[in-house]
Amino acid sequence: MPRERAAEFTIDHVQALDEAGNADPDLLPDLSTAELRDLYRNMRRARRFDERAVALQRRGEIGTIAPAIGQEAVQVASAAALSEGDWMVPSFRESAAYLTRGVDPHLLLWYAMGMEEGAAVPEGEHTMPPSIAVGSQTLHGAGLGWGQAITGDDDASLVFFGDGASSEGDAYEAFNVAGVFDAHTVFLCQNNRYAISVPRERQTRAETIAQKAVAAGIDGVQVDGNDVLGTYKVVSEALEQARQGEPVVVEALTYRRSMHTTADDPSVYRTPEEEAEWAKRDPIDRYEDYLREEGVLDDDAVAEIEDDVEEELEAAIERAREGERDVDPAEMFDHAFAELSPWLADQREAFERHE
Amino acid sequence: MSDQRNIVEAVRGTLRAELARDDDVIVYGQDVGRNGGVFRATEGLIDEFPNRIYDTPVAEAAIVGTGVGLAAHGLTPVPEIQFSGFAHQAFHQIQQHVSRLRSRSRGTLNCPMTIRAPAGGGIRALEHHSESFEAGYAHTPGLKVAYPSTPADAKGLLTASIRDPDPVVFLEPTRLYRAVRGEVPEGEHVVPLGEANVVETGDDVTVVAWGAMRREAQRAADGVDADVELIDPRTIVPLDTDAILDSVRKTGRCVVVHEAPKTAGMAAEITARINDEALMYLEAPVERVTGYDVPFPLYAREEAYMPDPERIRAGIERAMDY
Ligand SMILES: Cc1ncc(C[n+]2csc(CCOP(=O)(O)OP(=O)(O)O)c2C)c(N)n1
Repeated sequence: MPRERAAEFTIDHVQALDEAGNADPDLLPDLSTAELRDLYRNMRRARRFDERAVALQRRGEIGTIAPAIGQEAVQVASAAALSEGDWMVPSFRESAAYLTRGVDPHLLLWYAMGMEEGAAVPEGEHTMPPSIAVGSQTLHGAGLGWGQAITGDDDASLVFFGDGASSEGDAYEAFNVAGVFDAHTVFLCQNNRYAISVPRERQTRAETIAQKAVAAGIDGVQVDGNDVLGTYKVVSEALEQARQGEPVVVEALTYRRSMHTTADDPSVYRTPEEEAEWAKRDPIDRYEDYLREEGVLDDDAVAEIEDDVEEELEAAIERAREGERDVDPAEMFDHAFAELSPWLADQREAFERHE
Repeated sequence: MSDQRNIVEAVRGTLRAELARDDDVIVYGQDVGRNGGVFRATEGLIDEFPNRIYDTPVAEAAIVGTGVGLAAHGLTPVPEIQFSGFAHQAFHQIQQHVSRLRSRSRGTLNCPMTIRAPAGGGIRALEHHSESFEAGYAHTPGLKVAYPSTPADAKGLLTASIRDPDPVVFLEPTRLYRAVRGEVPEGEHVVPLGEANVVETGDDVTVVAWGAMRREAQRAADGVDADVELIDPRTIVPLDTDAILDSVRKTGRCVVVHEAPKTAGMAAEITARINDEALMYLEAPVERVTGYDVPFPLYAREEAYMPDPERIRAGIERAMDY
């Protein structure tokens, strides 16, 4: 009996724009100047949003948040690659993706202020509320994509998860079930190198996270997640593939430049040298260099974007503060079930009487 | 018109009717397709509805978790968990997502999923095949919990559950699947969630029992020297507290029976509700006849573990003699 090779696999790594701003024309997505500029604008919006949100948290105006600073390219690119009918299924660090998807920034602030109002999904919109339980949302993305396969839609579903989440059983179940049911799902792993303090190397001995797709029989591909154009290209192609009933795992290599959450101190588990190294690979700077080189951006355009972003944020923060004043605590009883049962109505009344 | 059927047949007939009524209903789970389910509850459905019944991989978290996505997509998932003891593999999805989607999204998304699972002991099964975890689900806000004890109620409650806009954990008493036959109304038959069935009326003592315990309680009532009012709440959430309280106000005595462990079981909750609202009507402390606070034993001891008519009778007598 000979020993033969039963299976073999390879994982591609894609980078369209290198760290010096050189582009590989074959790997560039087909985007108009306006679209190129929008990607930039959304990255800047997201960066400023998170910076302002951290400041608001420090002042005690909002609760714990998980900033996406450093991960703007992967989030903006992949949210921008979605069509309107596609579902986006976020984890808990997706401020940039939400904003790119068109979610109003004051809603994200409301959520951070502890108001469910911020997680309400407007009727007909296809963006799920955040999932705090690590990895649990991968299955919702698989279910949405399975539903799209069942009903024969042309839409797809994109689910965000982290390198830490890739260790949860749910993630494997999600890849596997998606494969079995031809789900229209793209699983987008933001490998930002840390799950709180635990580095990627302690998460799994596997060489790539993308190869976790292999065990489920679906495609896996790795992309430079700090390269907004390469990520856009890879995620767009993955979405096209998913629409045909072929789910894909995309692993985007990136780096969380700030703290895990506002309750975290990264200096305990990583060095200033490492952080400085990644500061040089910042996704926004790199893209800006490229756009300036291409003549898409100049000082005036950048200044205009900065002003717009500040103005929008100022208004959003004001709106969030105003909304906060309207919180009626008794409303916590109103959405547990479709109808308020007599039992719960009694509890609501007791609550109002402060009993 | 009605028909003599057992619970498995009633469940199957209801699934068939709801699949025919609403194209959005999707039935899936382990072995539910070609094999028709290990208890045959879905037998033949795949032939009638080839694109609506799915065999899934052995992955409970996936079965429940994908249901959240299916529901968000506008479908009505009716997954089967092969045995409720393995719903724990999906409990995080039930607790963190299924039960909270509506709250979290402030009512803009809901999860009208009906999770069917055989529950309870008495069939000499393997470990983990005899769990009765209704109190755990009741302790999970946002979920409804049904636990029928007759074929007619299985039909009526399952119909209501599938049509309910909220998620329902639907526990089917394995022990009674084929052991009881009964009239099942033909055509439309809906038993509203939250409406108890007063199985027998009586003046001396109220006995509350559900699932497989209802039959045991009935047997106990038949042989006891007291006029028993037997109440089957049929749903654990919402619980028809009024039916129980009305009865206790009449009888002044109450015995609650369940096969789940005693501590923090539903009997404790029912006792507390009686204390809150009908304490002054009581002529005896509320009796709890339940399983013990031990893991459900392997089958050589399951008879010893589960309340039987004798233990229930003794409970009734304690309440009467107090
Ligand atoms: C099921 C679960 N376990 C533990 C936690 C606590 N926790 C929050 S974030 C996190 C690490 C997640 O890492 P990763 O998936 O890589 O995402 P990242 O934070 O890097 O974006 C942990 C352990 C949780 N939220 N959920």
